[in-house]
Amino acid sequence: MPSPRYHREIPQRYRLEAVKCNNCSKILFPPRLICPDCGFKQFEKIKLSDEGKIITFTIIRVAPAEFATQVPYSIAIVELNDGVRITTQVVDCKPEDLEIGKFVKLVFRKIQEEGKTGIICYGYKAVLT
Amino acid sequence: MVGIIGYGSYLPRYRIKVEDIAHQWGRDPETIKRGLLLKEKTVPGLDEDTITISVEAAKNALKRADIDPKEIGALYIGSESHPYAVKPSGTVVAEALGIVPDVHTADYEFACKAGTEAMFVAYSLVKADVVKYAVGIGADTSQGAPGDALEFSASAGGSAFIFGKEGVVAEVLETFSYTTDTPDFWRREGAFYPLHGGRFTGEPAYFKHILGAGRAILEKSGYTASDFTYVIFHMPNGKFPLTVGKRLGFKKEQMEPGWIVNLMGNTYSGSSPTGFSATLDVAKPGDLILLVSFGSGAGSDAFIFKVTEQIDEVRDKAEKVRDMLENNRIYLDYGQYAKFRGKIVMNE
Ligand SMILES: [Zn+2]
Repeated sequence: MPSPRYHREIPQRYRLEAVKCNNCSKILFPPRLICPDCGFKQFEKIKLSDEGKIITFTIIRVAPAEFATQVPYSIAIVELNDGVRITTQVVDCKPEDLEIGKFVKLVFRKIQEEGKTGIICYGYKAVLT
Repeated sequence: MVGIIGYGSYLPRYRIKVEDIAHQWGRDPETIKRGLLLKEKTVPGLDEDTITISVEAAKNALKRADIDPKEIGALYIGSESHPYAVKPSGTVVAEALGIVPDVHTADYEFACKAGTEAMFVAYSLVKADVVKYAVGIGADTSQGAPGDALEFSASAGGSAFIFGKEGVVAEVLETFSYTTDTPDFWRREGAFYPLHGGRFTGEPAYFKHILGAGRAILEKSGYTASDFTYVIFHMPNGKFPLTVGKRLGFKKEQMEPGWIVNLMGNTYSGSSPTGFSATLDVAKPGDLILLVSFGSGAGSDAFIFKVTEQIDEVRDKAEKVRDMLENNRIYLDYGQYAKFRGKIVMNE
């Protein structure tokens, strides 16, 4: 069955929708109702930059069952141009191509399938630029 | 003036060379490369499908169009590899582009010409003033059965075209469609690989329909082959488009920028649209371009475009097709390719 959480997170997963605090300008991704820094409750809706750089990464060689065919693959913390950090897979490259500081862009990809007959979950991943 | 206000393409980075497929099946690579005029083809990553390719192509088209995506009133995707049998690819793509919920969307299927069908409907809705902007996309992650001749060509990629009335990059001057019931190639519901009907391929299918649509649109428009700067035909292999072009009176130079099949393979619904996109990448204001698709079953859609001065404004705002073809390539061997394409039987 489609997970309600996946559906609820579509604006973030598909379109990188975030909010910016109207008081202290902190960007929250995913959006929240109250700013953790200043307690303000009014926000402007923004779209995050789809470009950034690798802050750190790790190579997964033993993966959970649904990702087993993809090993070895990498998970990185990427800092986007607007300062927001996200955790994402870096694809279309070999593990040895990755380096801290390398530039990436976010692309729209399949994240996982809920079995052979279930829904297909999409979202962002990074590729080296 | 009604026409294309933004165009964009996407090709996966993975490739397999024709010789690696030939070796797998004990065929002579040189004979195949000479016969089909193919060198390599694109292969979708494990996490790529018609939906992800459509999103990336459309994002590139939006970069060139410079409009608010919310003003797009219709989005159509032509493909023979929609990931869902029931649930349109357009729903996910429209959501990813941020044009929901005020949008009409539908998926098209017509073998390799579903992309130009989507373009035709998008163009017609804008022309009829039903919507301000409409997007037509052709994208595929095509499969050929292992060992079948199609396996040398079936590849992945796509292109998106945004139609509108202001800021037109390429005006649509004329369209013509030509359709018959011809059993040259089909796939029944539930079958994994398509079949082709021997004596119905080639002359009674590809050539008859492209020549039919091509000759008719020339007659309707009053143009002759020499009036066109460029021409693009559907590219199931390297030879067919060059042959059909010659029969319609075109020269090799007119076909060259759009003839990308040797490096791309046959991206089915994304084939002639991506050849057209590669042609726009090099076109100049005033150029006349003829585009003729072909889809088995069978039919052809033909369009005549006239490039405007706006092309110089938008060309460099997104990645060009030649750059996608020639940069960042990752080569797979046949075993990796079989895994990527789901050709290996796994335990559930
Ligand atoms: Zn705040």
